Amino acid sequence: MAFNKVFHVKNEAELAKVAADIAPCLARGTVLVLEGDLGAGKTAFARALIRHISGDTEREVPSPTFTLVQTYDIPDGEIWHFDLYRLKHPEEVYELGWEDALASGTILMIEWAERISPLLPRFCVRVVIKPEADGTRTITVKA
Amino acid sequence: MLGIETSCDETAASVVTDDARILSNVIYSQLVQHAPHGGVVPEIAARAHLESVGRVVDEALKQAGVTWSDLSAVSATAGPGLIGGVMVGLMTGKAIAAHLDKPFLGINHLEGHALSPRLSHGVEFPYMLLLVSGGHTQILLVEDVGQYRLLGTTVDDAAGECFDKTAKLLSLPQPGGPHLEKLAGKCTDLASAIARFDLPRPLLGKKGCDFSFSGLKTAVREKLEALTTPDGTVKESDAVDLAAALQHAIAGHLSARLKKALESAPQKPKALVAAGGVAANGAVRAALEKLASEAGLPFMAPPSSLCTDNGAMIAWAGIEHFRRGRTDGMDVAARPRWPLDENRVKLST
Repeated sequence: MAFNKVFHVKNEAELAKVAADIAPCLARGTVLVLEGDLGAGKTAFARALIRHISGDTEREVPSPTFTLVQTYDIPDGEIWHFDLYRLKHPEEVYELGWEDALASGTILMIEWAERISPLLPRFCVRVVIKPEADGTRTITVKA
Repeated sequence: MLGIETSCDETAASVVTDDARILSNVIYSQLVQHAPHGGVVPEIAARAHLESVGRVVDEALKQAGVTWSDLSAVSATAGPGLIGGVMVGLMTGKAIAAHLDKPFLGINHLEGHALSPRLSHGVEFPYMLLLVSGGHTQILLVEDVGQYRLLGTTVDDAAGECFDKTAKLLSLPQPGGPHLEKLAGKCTDLASAIARFDLPRPLLGKKGCDFSFSGLKTAVREKLEALTTPDGTVKESDAVDLAAALQHAIAGHLSARLKKALESAPQKPKALVAAGGVAANGAVRAALEKLASEAGLPFMAPPSSLCTDNGAMIAWAGIEHFRRGRTDGMDVAARPRWPLDENRVKLST
């Protein structure tokens, strides 16, 4: 089933609203790929999702660029938030517990997934965030 | 004390004496740069640490002019960090200690950074520490060995990450921080550059001492888009002004939050200390020096060899604990997450 929905948001609060809207569609084991340039709002989107799913609006969700992966406990499992910006070779993702992550049926959110495109599962949810000239964002959700 | 550090990108080892003399401080990427046939700079892979750790430890002992039997104890980073890398250093340290029948200590990497000003400057407790690097932006009140009060941390990006990513947006080479500083240095009129771009002042007026850098990054991206000419380039004078305004904004944000931390600290620190790669930035340093002088505190920053990831700070943290009678068993485990203040309650300000 192809799913393709486009949202236009004016600010981070509206972006968080979109994240909350799609959160119920993310079953355990979903691989969510976040696409967009530096500063587009990928981490902001992931943060809003993690906060919504864990029911904690204040939850600290720092950028995973340095640590490469952060994990979050949620009521019925975990969310793994990857940022593969610093990866040089796809195979390096195995060092980050990639196989465990896939096998455990947790929700995976991945920024800069193109670094490991040969290793991605066939079925991913894609969220493409495109900044527009007027400062708004176009968010496309594809599944 | 032998200290081994493998929690991030660097494989490092060092020998430090209990009177704070650094006999050696070896980092693998520097070793291979000087090697005749070059070599592979270590990546995040644990395999890379595994291949280099033996050589780095050997070199640390050789440069220190000591033998295995001269060592009193062995320290290694036990976390936080990438689990594979941490395990390599931790197992190496344990194996050396077990073979020599010497005590072993598993050290928190962040604690290594936190105590490094005592190695370089003999700073007395308590002191206010700003830890600013590519991966960390934290304000800690360092009260004693093992007693760290986290006053503020970043809610999104680290300060160094902000430098690196905006440098990338400006098409500067990596590491972005130093290149961005160089570009900003060409600015002849900082006041008008600041006025021209009017970058956001993150969390201004918000309670607490937390940081936020993500908004600055996005603002820079938007300003750059507006500056881009039809042929896809940005005039250098524009890039210079933007870099200068950004650097000013980062320095201002760091010092504004640190000022709040100084005001709200439960006890008056004896010094203001900045550690981490970003502390090497001239504008950041100037802002912090000004803040310290206004608060009537001495300002210091460990040298860059102790600010980047290194073995000496791990050896030193080991010494600080060892002197207080702590040693660890061979069952100490690698910990990917290990907050410094896990036994403390975060101060609400």
